[in-house]
This record gives sequence, structure tokens and C-alpha cells, in this order.
Amino acid sequence: MQKSLHISADDCTGCYQCVLACSDAHGHDFNPVKSVIQVFRFEDEGRDVPYTCTQCDEAWCQKSCPTDAISVDANGAKVVSEALCVGCKVCTIACPFGTINYNADSGKVIKCDLCGGDPACVKACPTSAITFVHSDTAQFNKMRDWAGKTDAGSQQST
Amino acid sequence: MKQADYVIIGAGPAAVAAAETLRSTDKSGSIAIISRENISPYSRMALPYFLTGQISQKGTYLRKSSDHYKQRDITLYHATVTSIDPQNKHLELASGGRITYGKLLIATGASPVKPPLPGLDLPGVHNCWTLDDAKAMAQRAGPGANIVLMGAGFIGCIILEALMSRGATLTVVEAGNRMVPRMMNDVAGNMLKSWCEQKGMTILTSTRVVSVAQAKGKLEVTLDNGASDLVDLVVVATGVAASVDFACGTDMEIEDGIKIDEHMQTSINDIYAAGDCAQGRDFSTGFWSVHAIQPTATEHGHIAALNMAGQEAAYKGSLNMNVLDTAGLISSSFGQWQGVEGGQSAQNLDAERYRYTHLSFEGDRLIGALTIGQTDNIGILRGLIQSRTKLGVWKDRLLKNPNRIAQSYIASTLM
Repeated sequence: MQKSLHISADDCTGCYQCVLACSDAHGHDFNPVKSVIQVFRFEDEGRDVPYTCTQCDEAWCQKSCPTDAISVDANGAKVVSEALCVGCKVCTIACPFGTINYNADSGKVIKCDLCGGDPACVKACPTSAITFVHSDTAQFNKMRDWAGKTDAGSQQST
Repeated sequence: MKQADYVIIGAGPAAVAAAETLRSTDKSGSIAIISRENISPYSRMALPYFLTGQISQKGTYLRKSSDHYKQRDITLYHATVTSIDPQNKHLELASGGRITYGKLLIATGASPVKPPLPGLDLPGVHNCWTLDDAKAMAQRAGPGANIVLMGAGFIGCIILEALMSRGATLTVVEAGNRMVPRMMNDVAGNMLKSWCEQKGMTILTSTRVVSVAQAKGKLEVTLDNGASDLVDLVVVATGVAASVDFACGTDMEIEDGIKIDEHMQTSINDIYAAGDCAQGRDFSTGFWSVHAIQPTATEHGHIAALNMAGQEAAYKGSLNMNVLDTAGLISSSFGQWQGVEGGQSAQNLDAERYRYTHLSFEGDRLIGALTIGQTDNIGILRGLIQSRTKLGVWKDRLLKNPNRIAQSYIASTLM
């Protein structure tokens, strides 16, 4: 069974360890702008919410790519081929979650690739707010339900 | 005479998405893609990157594996369709042959339109549309070349950088009062203009080319303000129109494109249309529009194929959206960025740093957006618009600070 990142925002303390670990894993640098996981701070509510790609089944990014640069790897992650991506950015507006973004340094798009099955953010999280679990979890279903609402492309009437 | 259960005219993203969905839905039906160009299906979106030399011809192909189509038993057929006979269900070809179809998908895309001006058929005047156009432009756009680009719309803007990067001197002539007038408002369109000027281009808005003529081994371009210039290359990017000529002999309903219902079927039974040639349901307005963008093309192609293969699927409509890289300045537009009557809007402008966000609301829902200089999480704008998310208290927060889009989405949907 496929595994996914499970994010429990209630357990997040806003320490940004995941962001730093991710930028190290993907950009070989401790620099938040090179991370593909973000943590959003809600001052009014006093909360921090980690946020990244859910590897959704709809694969908006993959379907909108004009150069076949996005594929699904053995872990079910949608991964970008740097060699095939031309940096056209269509996926960055097609993804309704905004979790695939353009990186001006490389001229390509970047997104969460689950680190090949051993996510750095999970290892870095001191409070288990981010865990790597079998895909059937409430949080992800919630996001996928919402993806369904935006799914203009594939509603099948039954 | 040839025949196939499913015949697709055109070989762009809508056609390829449709052929693949047809094959995964109907394992045995015969599928033929008819292409006017004798080349593996490729992406016009990728041509600017071919023009810069960043990718090879193969880099533009929609699918990279050389036996992708063969493996799926999809036949690629090189021919030009001249007319459709819906009664007898066959297509007439320019070669004189015929192809009979069971179900037909028209995915012929769009073609560039040259304005009716003298000299636009001269050698050295090119559209930027096909792979051959890109090759011809590359030949003339070398270091030191003087180029006039007619039209600062989406296509004009996206090839600016490719032309500049080849070492050419560029003058852009746009009839509208700003750049990309159909995608950007005054503030944003003029921000793009000042960016390009800073990069060393000459941008002439509210200006038209009146003629092109041969002179002194070059092309003399004359403008409506009386000025003229000798150039090596004229690129015409003044607009495109749905490629539907071959369907004109039928009683198919055609306006800006071929009108299609929610199942992507045209007004003629068993004939479907998808992508840039199709005028389908607009998610934002409920009316029918041509949305000549990649995501709509693949969605159309997919939905059309399901219906053609007998699996009823309805389309809720496409959202007009674009992302554009104008010589390094990235802009995006979504939905009804012009706003609607009675709706509120919010904007955040930092002209010095070339950053801009403009949001349009109807009630407490986001219905449109424009951004410049932002690349992080911009897809959320699509998500918020298309899910018709009620923003509640976050609408007021966005009115105060339009940059809190990601927070508003997370708070409205996940918290």
C-alpha cells in the first residue's frame, strides 16, 4: 500500500525543522526558499500549519505538463524530470493546491518527491506533526475531497 | 479507403489526451490521429524553449518514447482534412483520399491570423506558431539582427526572451494601450512594459504597423505614427483563431470556435471537439468561450474521449488562466480578473520591485486574480476560484493584505 505524508497541524510547534531539512535534501542548503514544504503561521489563531503536495490522484500537474516531464515513481510520488521540464510553469497554475512552484535559479519547477520514500521532513519533525503513513488518512481524504470539488476536468456522472 | 472507430483530427495536447483516454476506456477500438504536420505530436508551448536552444526538437514532443503511440495501438496518419461529410461519416483529404469514422474528435487547435496589411507575405515575415516557424525565425534572429515583433499578447511576450537571448535588437509594436491587454489590467500591462524597456527593448503601445516592404536587402516596417525602420525579421503575433475551415461546409454550429455541449459533442451527432478550436462552457460565466490553454485542452480531450467511448462524463467548464514569463518577469491571471459589478477588489502594488497582486471577489468568494513577480503557491488562486470557497472572515483579511492567499486557503479548507 502506498504511503503519504500525514500532517497533523495540531502537533506543529512552528519550529521550521522540516523546512530546513527539506531545503537541505532538495537544495543542499539551509534556506527556506529551497524547501518544498512550507509552514504557514496564523498569528490570530496562534497556529502553524505545515503544507506540501499530497501526491493527489488527480495529478493536475502531470496532466497539464506539455512536455511529459512529470511522472509517478514507485512510491506514488509525482516527480519532475529536470531534463524534460522546460520551465513553462503551466503546472504551477493548474495545481489547485499551489504545491508545485517555479524555481528561478534552476529555471524548472519543484515539488515534493517524498525524498524517494524516506522524507527528510518526517525525520526532522521533533513532535511527529509530520509522519509517513499509509495513504488512507483523514487529512488526506479531506484534501482529496476538496480536490474533487475543484475537479472540473474529470467529473463522471454515473 | 481507410477507416477507424475513433478518428481525431489534430495532434496537439487535446488530441493526445483523447487518444490515450480512448485507449484506456476502449481496449479494442481502432484509433487514428490525423496530423497536418509530418512529425511526432509536439507541444507549441515548448517552442520558445526550442527557439532559445534550451531543448532539442524531441524536447518539444508531447510524449517522449518513440513507440508511445504504437504501444497503445494508436495510428498516426499524416494528412490534411479538407471537409467533413457527417451523413456518410467520412473525411475528405487534400490528397484525394477519404477516411471513414465511427466517432470523430476535432482537435485542430488554432492558427495564427495575419492582419490584412501589405507585405506580410514577404520572406522574413513569420508567425511564431509551428516548429517550422521557430526554425525559420531562429535562422534570421542571430546576434545583431534587428527585429520587429507585431503584437504583445501572450505569444508575443513569451518569445521576447528567446529573441533577445539570441542577441537581437527588438522593437515590439502593440495596438493596445498596454502589454497583454487580454490578460492584464492597466497597472499590470504597463508594469510589463516598463520591465521590457529596462531590459533594452523598445515597446510601442497604441501603435500599429501599416506596411512591410522590401528595401535595401532588408524589410522596411512603417508604423501608423509615420516612423519606419529597416529590419531583418518581422514576427507576427497579433492573434490566433480556431482552425475550423474544413467544417464550414457542414451545418455545425460555429462561433468563436466549434460550440460543444457539456459532453464535448458538437451540434452534429458523433462529432466532438476539444481544445483551442472548441468553444466550451466557461466555468466563471456559464457562457461559452474559447479558452486556448493547455489545461483546458487536456481536460476537453479527456472528457470528450470518455463520452466517445460510451462512458458518460459531464464537464463543469474551464477556468481561463494563464502564466506568462516576459523576459524573466512572471505574471499570472485567473478567471474574472476584470472583476464583476458589485464585487470588491483588493490590490497590493510594489512598482519598484515589480510585484503586484490584484484580487477580485463576488460576495465572499474569489472569482479572479492577477499577479506579477510571484511564483509561490499561485495555483491556490485557481483552487479558491474553482472550488467557490466561501472565504468568510478571510475575505476582509485579503482585502487588507492580498498576499495572504495561501493562509486564506488553508484556513478555509483545512483548519
